[in-house]
Amino acid sequence: MNIFKELMDKSWATPGVGRIENIDRSPGASAKTGLMFLLAVLTSMFSLFIVGYRLRMGLADWQPLADPTILWLNTALLVLASITMQLAKNAAGRGEIRGVRLHLTLAGIFTIAFLVGQYTAWQALVASGMYTPANPAFAFFVLLTTLHALHLIGGLYVWAKSALNAWTGMEIIRFKVRVELCTTYWHYLLFVWVVFFAILLTT
Amino acid sequence: MAYVAIADRDHDQEHHDPQTFITKYVWSQDHKVIAIQYSMTAIFVGVIALILSGMMRLQLAFPNEFDFIAPQDYYQFVTMHGMIMVIYLLTALFLGGFGNFLIPLQIGARDMVFPYLNMLSYWVYLLAVIILLSSFFVPGGPTGAGWTLYPPQAILTGTPGSTWGILLMLISLGVFIIAFTMGGLNYVTTVLQARCEGMTLMRMPLSVWGIFTATVLGLLAFPALLVSAIMMTLDSLLGTSFFMPAILEAGEQTEYGGGSPVLFQHLFWFFGHPEVYIVALPAFGLVSDILACHARKNIFGYRQMVWAIVGIGALSFIVWAHHMYVSGMNPYFGFFFATTTLIIAVPTAIKVYNWVLTLYEGDIHLRVPMLFCIGFIFTFIHGGLTGLFLGNVVVDLPLSDTYFVVGHFHMVMGVSPVLVVFAAIYHWFPKISGRMYNETLGKWHFWLTFLGTYSIYLPMHYLGILGLPRRYFAYGDTAFIPESAQSMNVGITYAALLVAVVQIVFFINIIYSTFRGKKADGNPWGATSLEWQTEHTPARHGNWGHDLPKVYRWAYDYSVPGEETDFIPQNEPPTGHSAGFDPENPHDGPHHA
Repeated sequence: MNIFKELMDKSWATPGVGRIENIDRSPGASAKTGLMFLLAVLTSMFSLFIVGYRLRMGLADWQPLADPTILWLNTALLVLASITMQLAKNAAGRGEIRGVRLHLTLAGIFTIAFLVGQYTAWQALVASGMYTPANPAFAFFVLLTTLHALHLIGGLYVWAKSALNAWTGMEIIRFKVRVELCTTYWHYLLFVWVVFFAILLTT
Repeated sequence: MAYVAIADRDHDQEHHDPQTFITKYVWSQDHKVIAIQYSMTAIFVGVIALILSGMMRLQLAFPNEFDFIAPQDYYQFVTMHGMIMVIYLLTALFLGGFGNFLIPLQIGARDMVFPYLNMLSYWVYLLAVIILLSSFFVPGGPTGAGWTLYPPQAILTGTPGSTWGILLMLISLGVFIIAFTMGGLNYVTTVLQARCEGMTLMRMPLSVWGIFTATVLGLLAFPALLVSAIMMTLDSLLGTSFFMPAILEAGEQTEYGGGSPVLFQHLFWFFGHPEVYIVALPAFGLVSDILACHARKNIFGYRQMVWAIVGIGALSFIVWAHHMYVSGMNPYFGFFFATTTLIIAVPTAIKVYNWVLTLYEGDIHLRVPMLFCIGFIFTFIHGGLTGLFLGNVVVDLPLSDTYFVVGHFHMVMGVSPVLVVFAAIYHWFPKISGRMYNETLGKWHFWLTFLGTYSIYLPMHYLGILGLPRRYFAYGDTAFIPESAQSMNVGITYAALLVAVVQIVFFINIIYSTFRGKKADGNPWGATSLEWQTEHTPARHGNWGHDLPKVYRWAYDYSVPGEETDFIPQNEPPTGHSAGFDPENPHDGPHHA
């Protein structure tokens, strides 16, 4: 039953047990719904930052940033992290514990490499001596990349639990949902980064 | 063992009652205990905010009489009063308190789907409250920037609490938003995932609809406050210029330059206006349920009520700039926001008509919760109508900085939701405590509060039209303010102090009744919704004994013609004369015809 049909229901006129066909009661369904709402919250937050960025950009004192080249490498690393996370999820779906272990580990390594790369980018900007917090483009760059990194670090906490599960020999069925949630989250944070990066490049 | 959400657990895992005092009442994961923790903390800070408002009123009525109220103190009282009442009392109480208590019980679930996160939500909220209150004890005291915290003045010297106070406020708000998000994800997921068999969306009581929609609004709107709080913190601490323009401070040029204070206002009100409905929508839902129950009549226009809640929620995101008319804007922009503001009055009016029509020809029992609900209809209509005035640019400009606005918003989002809070506490008190409150004390509480608040806020509209500016510490000899305005200010203060003192009656009633009140049976009002059908009162951990309830009907089967009793609980199977229903095979009921 789609939501509009459901909202049209004249519930006062129809006593009897109503089937609720649109509730997925499978294990992990609640966690997946919860994650979707979390991503909606994050989308609201990141979008508002971007709106703030665009509005602030229109003011007189804006000086564009010379984007560090390493950001291209970082982007590639995050893409790899997302791909390997997806492969881990696929392997979990097939029940192949070796595939799960390999790809989960690689995903973590690529993600940590991305974070190190982002840190290097900040260092490069600071070392150039051209930027102070009073420069709004620099302030936005540090703020947005820090927030993005903090969300990845939060994700790494769940990733670490999944990796631990995989390497300590837990049955896949018991941590499969966690890997699936991580994968969705990683794809989402890749998407956020690509949007940020595109905005940085074009402004 | 891997974590299994409650909604996903089987029967063997369901009975996991906590054994020790600590796990039962302190680090509790039971939604009912968390609800009480949230409510008590919220009411505690609310009382502090009430005392602050009493001090403000004393200053306004008797300027220069009180040595302990200096101008900077007054602004700190205004700021803390506003912020505490809106965020830390009302938002926390409606969603953390009533949301936690009612959602699982009304949809037939054992608990929230993420009980651990729910527990964490409360403790993080408590941390936010402690951080906020700690600002009373730091050098410079709490911020006096006004509850809207507008830059640049919020972080410039000269504004009270411009160093520590504002930082603690911003940090506390950030922590609150994290707490709210943890709770909010729980509420929406529980409504979507953990409804019992038969509880279709359109069979949910309107309380759940109101709380659910308000939570969605909160999840999408609070990030705007978080974003502005983070950027202002950086402006204050690191000298960034997100919001700070080039500006002189005490005659000296600051290092700030180029930032946009109006950007902050947009972000703040993009949160601030939905916030009005984050408070109002749960109130709308609770009122609908309480009115129908005590009028022994089904709610009038249930589907319209649901659609109106959802419609108001959606519209609330496109009216924010009506708070900013005086900041100056493109006239077309003002026109757009005035129009959307007037449009939002349509679903809101539908709700008011439906409440009144629910009462029409009902079997009205004027018990305490009902009195508070009827009182709410009065104050809400009053505050809503003055909102229509202020939604228009040309009317708002002269009135915006006067007491007319103070009267308006206190009527619509101060008094109205608080009346609903009282209605709901009295209505659900027997289920929460297992005892009845004292009816006589409750009625005294209602009449003194209702008439008292009217005597506070009705005259303020008159003062506003007279041109009495708000936010002033004292008026002195101002030519256009007549002597009578000062007399009225004194009268308002007496009323305010009376209302504040009367709340003691409420506390005495609740505390006494919790321990010594008459024992309540499980369903003293003859209500239909599931929370009144629990096996035990108060409901125990897990709510429902071994089996979850099954729902057969909507939540408003009151005074159904041809039935013996004047209410049919939601979990009561249809009897033979419900056309075509086969009790042996309920899945083939007419619902699926």
